[in-house]
Amino acid sequence: MIRERLSGNEAVAVAMRQINPDVVPAYPITPSTEVPQYFSSFMANGSVDTEFIPVESEHSAMSACIGASAAGARVMSATSSQGLSLMYEMLYIASGMRLPIVLTCVNRAVSAPINIHNDHSDSMGVRDCGFIQLYCESNQEAYDNLIMAVKIAEKAMLPVMVCFDGFITSHSVENIELLEDDIVKQFVGKYEPEHYLLNPNEFISMGPLDLQNYFFEHRKQLADAMKDSKRIIEEVSEEYAKISKRKYNLIENYRMDDSKIAMVVLNSTAGTAKEVVDKLRDEGIKVGLVKPRTFRPVPVKELVESLKDMKAIAIMDKADSINGFCGPLYSEITSALYSEGLNIPTVNYIYGLGGRDVKTSDIEDVFRSLLKIAKDGKKSQTTYYLGVRE
Amino acid sequence: MITDNMGAKDLPIGGNILEDGNSELFNTGEWRNKKPVHLDDKCKHCMLCVMPCPDNAIIHDEYDKMLGFDYNKCKGCGVCAKVCPFKAIEMKDE
Repeated sequence: MIRERLSGNEAVAVAMRQINPDVVPAYPITPSTEVPQYFSSFMANGSVDTEFIPVESEHSAMSACIGASAAGARVMSATSSQGLSLMYEMLYIASGMRLPIVLTCVNRAVSAPINIHNDHSDSMGVRDCGFIQLYCESNQEAYDNLIMAVKIAEKAMLPVMVCFDGFITSHSVENIELLEDDIVKQFVGKYEPEHYLLNPNEFISMGPLDLQNYFFEHRKQLADAMKDSKRIIEEVSEEYAKISKRKYNLIENYRMDDSKIAMVVLNSTAGTAKEVVDKLRDEGIKVGLVKPRTFRPVPVKELVESLKDMKAIAIMDKADSINGFCGPLYSEITSALYSEGLNIPTVNYIYGLGGRDVKTSDIEDVFRSLLKIAKDGKKSQTTYYLGVRE
Repeated sequence: MITDNMGAKDLPIGGNILEDGNSELFNTGEWRNKKPVHLDDKCKHCMLCVMPCPDNAIIHDEYDKMLGFDYNKCKGCGVCAKVCPFKAIEMKDE
């Protein structure tokens, strides 16, 4: 175990150095630029023997990932915001062809108006593209999830997106515990795909035309793979806990044991909210926090298990679906609860768009309004825009 | 060999085809709405129709006798009828 202090981007680049992938095609975009930047300096220093492809766009980056992965290579890349938007077409092809590409998504707002700061509009915008999505609260989680992502992707034969907050996580330097290089190498092992284009002993066509008679079955395979990936994520996390002493589940329950009020929140804001949970607990108010680590697959069973006895829930969305109703996390989690026959007063907060700072006082306001909803047993409104100037 | 009575559990994943030379099995003749008909009495067996056929659908005996069409492959594009100097190929509605 190595004690270090690294930014989120640096931590991810170090993980990539330790993984030593075969091919990294990448195109720089704020705030993920440093990932390929640090990685290319590792290449220049000779500490990896990766083929680095500086492509002309993110569409080409993901296209090159697909080609290399189909050929049989272990492939990684990184992007943000507009870059992920430009990859959109190819993301579906990566998952549809069942290629285990690992993509770091440093979350940033999507234009317009143009903004380089953090929200989750980019990864939420591609939530149905067939990538597994892992969300990370801290630099440590970004590092750990990236290493696990390689193994999860290859076992599930699904691409994985590791998401963490632009600038807040990507550029803040935190204390971090790294694994030794050889332990990481041993953990990820050698990539041995069952079928790949450069296998001289096998005939194969990949990505052929797939019409009415077959397409539906192949999409069902994809749906089944995503469903089954829950088991794989749990297995890989279990295995990772053995080498790192850090155990990750599909969701994290923070002080939920005797709680009747909960907040569901992704990524770095969970850190801010945990501070508030502790403060309110010190005042004797029983509140808790649920942080989904996976959004794809949706950890339905785990969320229902954690939230079923709540009297009021706030679901925090750092992205808006612009559907005249609510954000993406809200619609999926309330639908999970409703499907289990639970009708708990649940409110949605759209917050922090374009990097608007979310303070502990904002989170405390949310908890205080939940206390009132829990007491009355009803809510007056479903969706709020936290701290916006009307 | 992939067939359309196979389910999601049996089909190779991701739409892969794990065999070679199988484009022959793809029956493109189903796409046709006009059908070339060989008029044997007019045909001089000049073989001018063979080379431009995009589907290799002209059946011939080496290069000296035109025998007809492989209707499993012929998409009915009509190029053969167009190039025939003797009007020995006629396009008819299916």
